[in-house]
Amino acid sequence: MTVNPTPASATPEGGHLLELRDLHVEFRTNEGVARVINGVSYHLDAGETLAVLGESGSGKSVTAQAIMGILDTPPAFVRSGQILYQGEDLLTRSEEQRRQVRGKEIAMIFQDALSALNPVFPVGWQIGETLRQRAGMSRADARRRAVELMDLVKIPGAAKRIGDYPHQFSGGMRQRVMIAMALALDPKVLIADEPTTALDVTVQAQIMDLLADLRRELNMAMILITHDLGVVAGVADRIAVMYAGRIVEHADVRSLYKAPAHPYTKGLLESIPRLDVRGQELSTIKGLPPNLMRIPSGCPFHPRCPYVQQVCVDEVPHDLVLGDGRTSACHFAQEVRDDSVAS
Amino acid sequence: MFRYILRRLLQMVLAFFGTTLIVYALTFAGQGDPIQALAGERPVTPAQRAYLTEKYHLDATGVGGFFYRYFDYVKNLLQGNLGESLTGRNIGDILQQAWPVTVRLALIALAVAIIFGVTAGVLAGIRRASIFDNSTLVLTLLVLGIPTIVLAPLAQYFLGVKWQLFPPTAGSDPTFYALLLPGIVLGSLSLATALRLTRASVAENLRADYVRTARSKGLVKRRIVVVHVLRNSLIPVVTFLGVELGNLMSGAIITEGVFNIPGVGFNLFRGIRTEDGPLVVGIVSVLVVVYLVSNLVVDVLYAVLDPRIRYE
Repeated sequence: MTVNPTPASATPEGGHLLELRDLHVEFRTNEGVARVINGVSYHLDAGETLAVLGESGSGKSVTAQAIMGILDTPPAFVRSGQILYQGEDLLTRSEEQRRQVRGKEIAMIFQDALSALNPVFPVGWQIGETLRQRAGMSRADARRRAVELMDLVKIPGAAKRIGDYPHQFSGGMRQRVMIAMALALDPKVLIADEPTTALDVTVQAQIMDLLADLRRELNMAMILITHDLGVVAGVADRIAVMYAGRIVEHADVRSLYKAPAHPYTKGLLESIPRLDVRGQELSTIKGLPPNLMRIPSGCPFHPRCPYVQQVCVDEVPHDLVLGDGRTSACHFAQEVRDDSVAS
Repeated sequence: MFRYILRRLLQMVLAFFGTTLIVYALTFAGQGDPIQALAGERPVTPAQRAYLTEKYHLDATGVGGFFYRYFDYVKNLLQGNLGESLTGRNIGDILQQAWPVTVRLALIALAVAIIFGVTAGVLAGIRRASIFDNSTLVLTLLVLGIPTIVLAPLAQYFLGVKWQLFPPTAGSDPTFYALLLPGIVLGSLSLATALRLTRASVAENLRADYVRTARSKGLVKRRIVVVHVLRNSLIPVVTFLGVELGNLMSGAIITEGVFNIPGVGFNLFRGIRTEDGPLVVGIVSVLVVVYLVSNLVVDVLYAVLDPRIRYE
């Protein structure tokens, strides 16, 4: 594994709210070591939304859990890298210091709110728990604030529903409870890990709108983890595309959609069903995501890539800077982008 | 909830009549000559025979006779009269003496299971694959593998007779101390099961998504385990212990037999051995009620512990 000699996102110290530098995470299992994160670097500035896009197993959730410090160790180990929050490396902090950051500075919401909420406690209690335990609020104050938070995420009849249990809510309302809980301590960064995956399409849109509104109102920064390109377009400022534990392409939303510069991103965009082009076969990315215990040599995408050449098998591509803060980890980034523009 | 309990109570009436009928049939259908069984080796005079035949309506034969006697029995039962054993003792009185002993024994056994089984299970679940976890696994498998009929005499011999740490037998009107060893023996099986169940449940819940959420809220680890994980893990354990208490309350035939404890199981066994039909049926009828009630309590408790369970 070569370390990128000139990280594309290199900026002055303390320039970003949150910055990952060359993060490596591996899972040590009985079957062997799975290299789940292989040198991920990205950054997040105050008030912006970064979308992290990728298939299942690309390492996007693991990266988020590494930021939160909630990876299960073992099997997961952060091998190297830095996670800078306001210029300070969280990985060098003690567990107690990291706990203080969780929820208060960086909060996270999860994919399936039904299993992510504790089934045996009322939702108001669960929202209030954060306030009681972390902000030292009294029971009554925490309860009052919990109702406010439930109002904030637009749960109808919040005061009446505060004693209800998670299973008594619809999927969308449950996800709102989850969001209210994450917002309890006014975090500066909200990590949303596939917040709409378990939901109906119409509800998905509502939740995304809510997240976008809340982010604006509360002036948070947001990392939106998703595998759904449709979700990203309206909400994100920048996109980082992950494949096999690496960021393969990094760009602002507009230019990425217009002209993807990595064959993987291109493949993803082409595999979106379009209503305006009828009678055409849906294109797919052939093959399967790599086994993380045996990541292909060179560019990990090469076995599935239509642009593959010998160099792809031999050499790991560096991030190619394409201007406007765009990077693509592809030996043929220019060609891919030019093709994308042409088509 | 109220309607559910009401419906369950009605079901209990049916279950009660069903089980007593079956027990009654099994006990008396297979019996050769109950009067001779009562007398044992001694001869029975025609006068005695006539008296007993009259008393228990033994002159009516066949299915008709059987139901005649069964309804006779149920009629008495509903009036709170369990009848007399063949030895002429009031079965209600027998149970009144035996039950407190069995209840005490059951509570000791249950306490042993909770204090040691659940605690060790929680620790083993948290420290999965540790030395503690593995040694409890071996020990519980050992306990589960040894039948009570072996374990009870062994405990009695070593702890009671050889090292004299406990009284080897309890005798009539036993003290708490005399019931301690039998209670531990009786509870060891529940202990082992409670331990395995708790361990599995804790280990599973520690991996649950809501634990990840609790961590991301920045809660201290202790609180996550004690409040979030335990509250969820103990649902199946409490259910198990509730059912187990119902089992223990109905007496432990082997343990009470080995340690000579005059409890329900002891009397039941004596009834079976001496072919004392009325005694067996009388005790079993009450056991059925105890069992049905304890199961109902467990079901209600389950709904209280787990808000996802709704009985409608």
